Amino acid sequence: MLHLKKTAGLALTVALLAGTSAMAQQRTLVFNTDTSDPAPRAAFDQLIADFEAEYPDIDVVVNMFDHEGYKTAIRNFLTADSPDLANWYAGNRMAPFVNAGQFMDVSDVWADAGLNESLASARASMTIDDKQWGVPYTYYQWGIYYNRDAYAAVGAEVPTTWDQFIANCALFKAADIDCLTTGTSALWPGAGIFDYMNLRTNGYEFHMALTAGEVEWTDERVRNTFAEWAKLVAPGYMTANHAAIDWQDAATLLVQGKAANYVMGNFAVATFMDGGMTEENLGFMPFPEITPGVPRAEDAPTDTVHIPAGAQNVDDAKLFLAFLGRADVQTKLNAALGQLPVNNQSEVGTDPYLTAGFDMLSNAYALAQFFDRDAPAEMAKIGMEGFQEFMVRPENLEDILQRLEAARQRIYN
Amino acid sequence: MSITPSSQPSQSWWRRNQQALTPWLFLAPGMFMFAVYVVWPIGESFRISFYDWDGLGAKEYIGTANYTELWGDRNFVTSLKNNVIWLVLYMLAVPAGLMIALFLNQTVFGIRLYKSLFFFPFVISQVVVGLMFTWFYAPNFGLLYKLTEWLTGSGIAILADPDLVTYGVIAAGLWPQIAYCMILYLTGLNNVSADQIEAARLDGAKGIRMLWYVILPQLRPATFIAVVVTVIGALRSFDLISIMTNGGPFGSSRVLSYYMYEQALSEYGYRMGYGAAIAVVLFAIMMVFISGFIWKMVRDEKGGY
Repeated sequence: MLHLKKTAGLALTVALLAGTSAMAQQRTLVFNTDTSDPAPRAAFDQLIADFEAEYPDIDVVVNMFDHEGYKTAIRNFLTADSPDLANWYAGNRMAPFVNAGQFMDVSDVWADAGLNESLASARASMTIDDKQWGVPYTYYQWGIYYNRDAYAAVGAEVPTTWDQFIANCALFKAADIDCLTTGTSALWPGAGIFDYMNLRTNGYEFHMALTAGEVEWTDERVRNTFAEWAKLVAPGYMTANHAAIDWQDAATLLVQGKAANYVMGNFAVATFMDGGMTEENLGFMPFPEITPGVPRAEDAPTDTVHIPAGAQNVDDAKLFLAFLGRADVQTKLNAALGQLPVNNQSEVGTDPYLTAGFDMLSNAYALAQFFDRDAPAEMAKIGMEGFQEFMVRPENLEDILQRLEAARQRIYN
Repeated sequence: MSITPSSQPSQSWWRRNQQALTPWLFLAPGMFMFAVYVVWPIGESFRISFYDWDGLGAKEYIGTANYTELWGDRNFVTSLKNNVIWLVLYMLAVPAGLMIALFLNQTVFGIRLYKSLFFFPFVISQVVVGLMFTWFYAPNFGLLYKLTEWLTGSGIAILADPDLVTYGVIAAGLWPQIAYCMILYLTGLNNVSADQIEAARLDGAKGIRMLWYVILPQLRPATFIAVVVTVIGALRSFDLISIMTNGGPFGSSRVLSYYMYEQALSEYGYRMGYGAAIAVVLFAIMMVFISGFIWKMVRDEKGGY
C-alpha cells in the first residue's frame, strides 16, 4: 500500500514536472552569455528588455557567466544542457563547434531578414561550408593609441610610415620613454602586434593564408615580418618585462607618459580614460604602412550570438537573431557597449575614437578577426608564446620559427 | 522440523563469517567512493591517453602517438625539468621548518602569538600567497623590483625572466610550506622525552650533537610526514603557477600538472588525449614516491614499536 502510494506520488510529480517544462518550452528563451563586465551587462539587459517589449509573450531567461570562465563553460553546456542562444566569436573560433555539429545553421535567418546585405562586411567570417552559423552584433577596431603629451615632450610628429615610427622611437628612447608598450602576461596583446606587423609587411591574403596553415612559418615573407619587428625589439624600444605585465598595467604606463604608443583594441579607451587621460592627450592612429603599396587591412574582432544545436525553442531563438541583426537594434546596443555596429545601416555614436575607428574600418581593404580567432586554438597558443619569446629573446627567432612550422604541420593536417 | 534445516544454514553462515565480513561492510562505502572517484578516473586517463579527442567530437584511436609526441615536446621537457627543480628546492622547507620550530620551542612571554604569526602563511589561501608575491615581484612598482633598482640601478622583474621565474614561484611556495613543516615539528617536539635529554646532558651532549643524536631520532615520525607532504606539495604545485605566471613567460615556469591542464582544459587546449598522457606520466612519477612511502610505513609497522 505504502509502495503504491509512493509510486502514485512519483508519477504525479513526474507529470507535474513534464507539464511545467512543456509549458515553459512554449515561449521561454534561455540565453547563456558572457557579458559580465558592467558596460556589456547593462547593454544586454537593455537589449533583452527591448526584445521582450516587442515580443511580450516571450520570456528571456539569461544565464550570466564570468567572461573568462565562459570560454570553458560553453563546451559543457553545449553538450549537457543546451540553451536556446549563446554568445561566441566569429572566424575560426567558432569552427570547432560548427564542425562538431554544436551550432545550428542559421542561413535562413540571414536570407529572410536581409542580413546578407546589411551585415555583408562580417558575412565571410560567419560562413563555413557556404552557410552562416550565427549573427554578429558588434565589433571594434585595433590600432595604435598614443599619448600626445609624450609626443610633444620629445618633439615627435605623429608618424604615417614605419620608418618615421622607428625614427620617433629613437627620440623616445633618448627621453627614457618606451616607444611601444605592451603587457603580454596573458599572451594575446603580443598577437595584436604580430597581426599588424604581418598585415602591413605582407598584406591581408598572406596573413589569412598563414593563419589558415597554407604557408610555412619558415617562409621568407614571415622572416621579413619578424625583421621589421626586430627594428623595435633589438634596440629596446619596447617595454622591458612586458612578459610579467597585464595589458592594464601597460595602459598605466601610457597614461603616465612612460610609454608613447600602444597597439590595442578600442575597449582599452575606457581604461585610459579611467586612468585620467582625456581626448586632449589620448590619440588614435591606424598602424603605419610598412611595405609601400600593400592594401591596408585591419584587425576587427567580431562578437556573435549563435543557436546551439540542442536548443529547445528554435523558432523564438531565430526571432531573436533577426531582431539582433536589425539596424536600429545594433545602433542602440553598440551605443551602450561603446563599440561599432556590424549592420551597415546603423549609426555610430559621436565618440571620437569610435568614429575614427569606423572611418578606418569602412575604408579598409579587408578585416581580419584577430590571431587567436583566425588561427585554430592550438596554433594560436603556440604562436602567441612564440611572439612573446621573440620580444624577450629576439636571438631565438630561428628556433621559434622552426617550432611554429613543426606545430603547423601537426595541427593542420 | 521442516523449517529449521532451511533457515539454519543461512543464519549460521552469517554467524560463521560475521567476524570476517563486518570490516568489509564498514569499508564498503569508502571503497566505493575510492573506486568511483579515484580508481576509475585513473583508468579513464590511461584509456583516453591513447586517443586523439577534443572533448566534443569523435575519439580517434592513435595508439601511443601521444606518448611519442611527448618525448619530442620541448614544453614537456621544460615542465619535467621544472618539476625536478620544484622537488629539490621544496625540500628546503623541511630543515627550515625544523629550525623555526626549534627556535619557537621555548617558553617566553607571548610565544603563542609568535607561533601563530609563523603559522599564518599556511592558513591563508595559496591564491592569496600567489597574489602577494606577484605584487612583490611586479615590474615598475613591486617591492623587490624597487629594492634591486635602488641597489643595482636596474630592477629585476623575476616573473618576466625565463631563467628566474621558476625560482620566484618556488620561493612563494616555500613560504607556506615552511610554516606547515614547522607546525609538524612543533607537535613532534612536544613529545620529545625529557628524560632522554636530561640523560644526554649528563653524558655531556649539547648543541649540534644533542640535536643530531638525541632530538632528531625522536622526531623521525614528524620528519617522515614533513617529507611526504612536501614531496606531494611539490608535485601538485599548480595554483601558484596559475596565479603568478600562467606558465609563462613562454612556458618557462610550467610544471607537469599545469601543462596537463593547459593541454586538456584551458582556453586554447582541448587535446584531451595529450593532456591525459601527461597525467599518466605525472601519475607514474607520483607512484614512485607514494610506493616508497607506503613501503616504508608497512616496514615500520612490521618492525613494530
